[in-house]
Amino acid sequence: MRRAPWAVAALYALAVLVTVFSVYPFVYALSTSFKTGTALFDPTLWPSAPSLDNYVSLFTVAEQPFGRHILNSIMVSVIVVSLSIFLGVTAAYALGRIDFKGRGLLLGAILAVSMFPAVAVLAGMYELIRFLGLYNHALGLVLPYMIFTLPFTVWVLTTFMEQLPKELEEAAIMDGCGPARIIWDVFMPLLWPALVSTGLLAFIGAWNEFLFALTFVLDNNERTVPVSISLISGASKYDIPWGKIMAASVIVTLPLIGMVLVFQRKIVSGLTAGAVKG
Amino acid sequence: MNTKTRTAWLFLAPMLITLLLVAAWPLARTIWFSFTDANINDPSSAKYVGFDNYFGPYGLFNNPNNSDGFWASDWGIAILNTLKFAFVSVTLETILGMAVALLLNQEFRGRALVRAAVLVPWAIPTIVSAKMWGWMLHDQFGVINHMLVAAGLIDHPIAWTAESRYALWTVVAVDVWKTTPFMALLILAALQVLPRDCYEAARVDGVHPVRLFLKVTLPLIGPALVVAVIFRLLDALRVFDLIYVLTSNNTSTISMSGFVRREMIDNGYIGFGSAASTALFLIIGLATIGSLYLGRVWLAEKKGS
Repeated sequence: MRRAPWAVAALYALAVLVTVFSVYPFVYALSTSFKTGTALFDPTLWPSAPSLDNYVSLFTVAEQPFGRHILNSIMVSVIVVSLSIFLGVTAAYALGRIDFKGRGLLLGAILAVSMFPAVAVLAGMYELIRFLGLYNHALGLVLPYMIFTLPFTVWVLTTFMEQLPKELEEAAIMDGCGPARIIWDVFMPLLWPALVSTGLLAFIGAWNEFLFALTFVLDNNERTVPVSISLISGASKYDIPWGKIMAASVIVTLPLIGMVLVFQRKIVSGLTAGAVKG
Repeated sequence: MNTKTRTAWLFLAPMLITLLLVAAWPLARTIWFSFTDANINDPSSAKYVGFDNYFGPYGLFNNPNNSDGFWASDWGIAILNTLKFAFVSVTLETILGMAVALLLNQEFRGRALVRAAVLVPWAIPTIVSAKMWGWMLHDQFGVINHMLVAAGLIDHPIAWTAESRYALWTVVAVDVWKTTPFMALLILAALQVLPRDCYEAARVDGVHPVRLFLKVTLPLIGPALVVAVIFRLLDALRVFDLIYVLTSNNTSTISMSGFVRREMIDNGYIGFGSAASTALFLIIGLATIGSLYLGRVWLAEKKGS
């Protein structure tokens, strides 16, 4: 299709506008993270005297063990992803491959869980976490995080599970495989694109979560990254170390941007599988 | 029960037990707490107080801080803030998301690059985007004030996140920036499965593009659009972290989730806070049912016509 020259110009202008608007704030944060002292107050994009001081101070100031916080976040997110995938795959097998009474109702109920607001369980979860002795431990966050990662994982994996060819399963049954073998040896290798996308989305959800992390963990060594960033402070209340905050922001965001860009298509298909079905 | 059904429940059990433990049980306990005077220091000594937290003298719907009328109370303000935030931001996101999706659906050089760039705001954690924009919108040194002053649009820097006139709309703007990509991607996915021959025919007949969009594209992507809007709306109604970090959770921008957390954790009134969270839960539940119903009616009409 041939377009008029003005239309082509408008298209490219719009494309540039959208790109700049999307990327500029992060580029500006990156630029700020290399500035120190009074250079911070100069809004030019290219730092006049770039320095790594902000990054260094993140890992050297003892009151703010940022490295520790990163490890906490990685640990919590990895456990949440593994548990969600394990529970999600087993449940999706039942929901996607077996026709039983109450299946539709169950899917609806699981979807309903993913809709409800986190604060609706806050008081009960606070009590549960205290009861289990997990208060003030990063590990305790795994429990509330399952609320939003599990329903989503089950839904998306069920959608994928339904689409797998029936012959495969029948052949496996002929060979004498039980359901567990069918899941792990026959379906798992075929499911990996869905596993990558749900796993990534669950990871991002757990990595970014703020409300529960802020409420259930007060110990400075046990914090996760989002809370850590929100609490970075300077010598006084009025002296906010923006350079350092931006450095921390860049560190936690770069891996996410990298993953999202590498797995672009997988993530989009995961999102749409979850949404279009609903 | 036959073997198949038994296998199904066996494989469902671990997931169901987990959801009962982490979702159903805490939800039930929170609703129970809303009928008690539980305090954070010792929740176990809570006494049943009936509907006092809702309608009692200091109840949620009975003007909790003795201000001028319900809508001037903190809870009233939180409800209004949340509704304003949710409706305005979701509307803007839908319109802009549609525009970006239509742009990305065109063929042009560098499209992959633009699509990748659009994903960046979505990939950034909410707290990080709140901090990033907090810095860019800084009242004295922020780059936004700097640009606007330089362009002559404002004559003195504005405290975007602190002044109550601007704060909520600033939050909306940041949310729109962050979540428009989500909308755009969902709409784009729907656009890309549209039948091409339909468009070929329209082009041959010389149908005006705007008419084509309204008469063909919009009805065809309707279902996907409705789902995306409902998803976003429910998400927006429970907003917490963006507001908490960007505007330090002051009363002028507090959301319902923010109010719940403040009463429950900061003030320690677990009972009262649970009443607020239960109210929020009911509101979101009603919104879900209502929007699903409207969506279904709307889609049924589409099919009928």
